[in-house]
Amino acid sequence: MDSEKVKLKLEHISQSYIVNNQVFDAAVDVSMEVRDSEFLVLLGPGRCGKTILLNMIAGLEKPVDGRILLDGEEIKGSDERIGMVFQKRALMPWKTVMQNVEFGPKIKGMAKEPRREIAQKYINLVGLQGFEKSYPDELSGGMKQRVSIARAYANDPEILLMDEPFGALDAQTRYAMEEEVQRIWETEKRTVIFVTNNIEEALYLADRIVLLSNCPAHVKAVYDVKLPRPRNTIDPEFLRLRREISDNTDLAL
Amino acid sequence: MRIGPSFSLHKEVISMNDSEKAVRQLTNEERIAKVQSEKRKTTFQLAMLSLIGVLAFLLIWQLAVASGFLPSRYVPMPSKVVELFFLKWTDPNPDGAVLGAHIVSSLQVALSGFFLAIAIGVPLGLTMGWFKGFDSFMRPIFEILRPIPPVSWIPITIIWLGLGLKAKAFIVFFSAFVPCVINAYTGIRQTSQTLINVAKICGASNFTTFRTIGIPSAMTMTFAGIRVALGNAWATLVAAEMLAANLGLGYMIQQGRQFARPDIIILGIVVIGTLGVIFTWLLGLVEGKVLGWKK
Repeated sequence: MDSEKVKLKLEHISQSYIVNNQVFDAAVDVSMEVRDSEFLVLLGPGRCGKTILLNMIAGLEKPVDGRILLDGEEIKGSDERIGMVFQKRALMPWKTVMQNVEFGPKIKGMAKEPRREIAQKYINLVGLQGFEKSYPDELSGGMKQRVSIARAYANDPEILLMDEPFGALDAQTRYAMEEEVQRIWETEKRTVIFVTNNIEEALYLADRIVLLSNCPAHVKAVYDVKLPRPRNTIDPEFLRLRREISDNTDLAL
Repeated sequence: MRIGPSFSLHKEVISMNDSEKAVRQLTNEERIAKVQSEKRKTTFQLAMLSLIGVLAFLLIWQLAVASGFLPSRYVPMPSKVVELFFLKWTDPNPDGAVLGAHIVSSLQVALSGFFLAIAIGVPLGLTMGWFKGFDSFMRPIFEILRPIPPVSWIPITIIWLGLGLKAKAFIVFFSAFVPCVINAYTGIRQTSQTLINVAKICGASNFTTFRTIGIPSAMTMTFAGIRVALGNAWATLVAAEMLAANLGLGYMIQQGRQFARPDIIILGIVVIGTLGVIFTWLLGLVEGKVLGWKK
């Protein structure tokens, strides 16, 4: 595996909206590179820019300026090589866990047996075997996010986008899910772009951290995190990096 | 002064200790049986209260007429209505048809209008709610038709379609159609953007997203609309039959007035009410099947 190979490239991305008849810049001239199979964390304060960048990578919206290259080719619209895990309420409440996970392959017209097999594999991977027939309303917040992760994996994406997937969870569950996501990523290596506003979470998970500024978002700094995994959150180097990033982060209102 | 209360407190403590000794822990089966029997008891008691309420109402009514407090010429006794109910299955007098024929006629009209309204209204509302272009195309016409009271269609319907099944079914259709469209429309409009994004990222086309995300999301609201539609259909049916019909429960009520037979009117009202309850219950069953994931 060539870990220095660039998988995804953002070139001079800008995005603006019209809010109350005024132009509002959400992101200005954002350029970055995402390496193959790395765990990249987009860290930023408040609610500015990060999700918008992910949505643009996912093809859910088009940037006003700039382009996004996947394996050197510009992508337009949704691409099946890119999958996404949303923050919350992203499961279809009328579908069981199994039906939610097999949704992507089903849309692509895969026959029932192979798609069930794939779905089952990822349900097992996220530790939800036995809950295949449960409905989302019967699951806890952490379990729901496990389903979302399994569903994203079932699409077999090369790049997995995670939009503050643990933002709506309580602290205990959040720690457990951070460990889970790391374990899953190490079992099934994909390029992951993970958005969070939590510095500790970023340091715990990331190979590299891209620190974004407050509105409009631009890249403020990039940190290589070379600590061995699983990381110790009270290791002196961990704490030093945490302090360094914290000092460099804009205050969000 | 202080000794009194503390003394009694002491006594209480002793008696609590005594009763604690007497308590024996229940086994699993005993505990389950206890909870179940208590639940059954509550359900039974509540059902009995409902039954007693109905019986008390009928009894007061019966006594009020029997004692002469209410004039029996205008208010029939419940017992007379029950008698008439059994008689009317075979006796076509005075309105010209037996009860069964009236019921069948009314059901035909109501159900054909109601199901037609669902079959056209729900898909229309869903497509309007999802496809913006179609919405702009259809909405002005719908907005003009929407506020027209269904009964105001009766005269033109008689001219077009006469007094038969089709005419009344059309009026019923119209009254049930509007809530079907509006609720399906509103329901699908409320589809979560996150779920739409999930489908897009899975590579779904707009139509597939409509089918797999939009329609299921709209079902709760749609069923609420169908409930309203059922009520409307039933109410409009009776209105239509009272104005333009020669058979049906509404017609029977109307004839009851012509012949000054309040017992026929009351019987008609009770049958209409009971059928309404039965249909609401049946709809509830269907809803439970479709929205089974909602617990």
